[in-house]
Amino acid sequence: MWVFILAELSAFAVFFVLYGVARMKNVALFDEMQLTLDRRAGAINTALLITASWCVARAVAAIRVDASAASARWLLAGIVAGGGFLVVKVTEYAAKFAAGVGLDTNLFYMFYLSLTFFHFMHVILGLTILLFVWHKTRKGGYCAADHHGMETGASYWHMVDLVWIVLFPLVYVLR
Amino acid sequence: MNTVVSAFPPRWLDAIWLLLLLGTGATWWLGEDGRGGLGVALFILAIAAIKGGLVISEFMALRGVRRLWSLALSAWLLLVLAANLAAYWKGI
Repeated sequence: MWVFILAELSAFAVFFVLYGVARMKNVALFDEMQLTLDRRAGAINTALLITASWCVARAVAAIRVDASAASARWLLAGIVAGGGFLVVKVTEYAAKFAAGVGLDTNLFYMFYLSLTFFHFMHVILGLTILLFVWHKTRKGGYCAADHHGMETGASYWHMVDLVWIVLFPLVYVLR
Repeated sequence: MNTVVSAFPPRWLDAIWLLLLLGTGATWWLGEDGRGGLGVALFILAIAAIKGGLVISEFMALRGVRRLWSLALSAWLLLVLAANLAAYWKGI
């Protein structure tokens, strides 16, 4: 899983560096277009992903002391927070599409849409993994002595959070 | 993946969560404030570096264990942020 996570992060690194270079060559366009983004939605989504990560970290801490019921509850809370991210992001996309924004609008929006959608797909995969881990935790599939699967799922989720922690300031704030 | 003994009591995780939310609030405020410039950019990216570092060391439970993975993730974070800071600086 760690190799997979590093491969995923490498793909995002290429995206981020390309974004930085594109911005460097089109500062005025990127600054102007960035102002059309919903920074509040971006901040709320950052808070939701951070909260989901915290819940998942608490779930792992709980299973390490064999508190599987509490662990399942923390996982469910994390899944709800992650689901909240998807709702906010879909709302944001809907507003942009309604305004006629698309991949071909300009270079900024090409990066914004492709970067955030690539991340969006990772959130869906991360939530799918968390749902599987939650289901197994509810059935008593993990304990203090053996919870490798939960740690693996948690690590993937934290990777998704880590990417957004970089994406939010770069795309929504830095100008 | 190796199981590690928890060195992260729940209260500590709660404190990290609050710190991360504080960092997010500060980043959002700087965005709303609208100020630009190298100093502000450096500050914003420094907040991102601290937040990312906390997720890696505390939430991923990589502090003191799995040193190679911890280093790899930290290197990724610093590389991406440094590359964007350099691009920002060149673009001024």
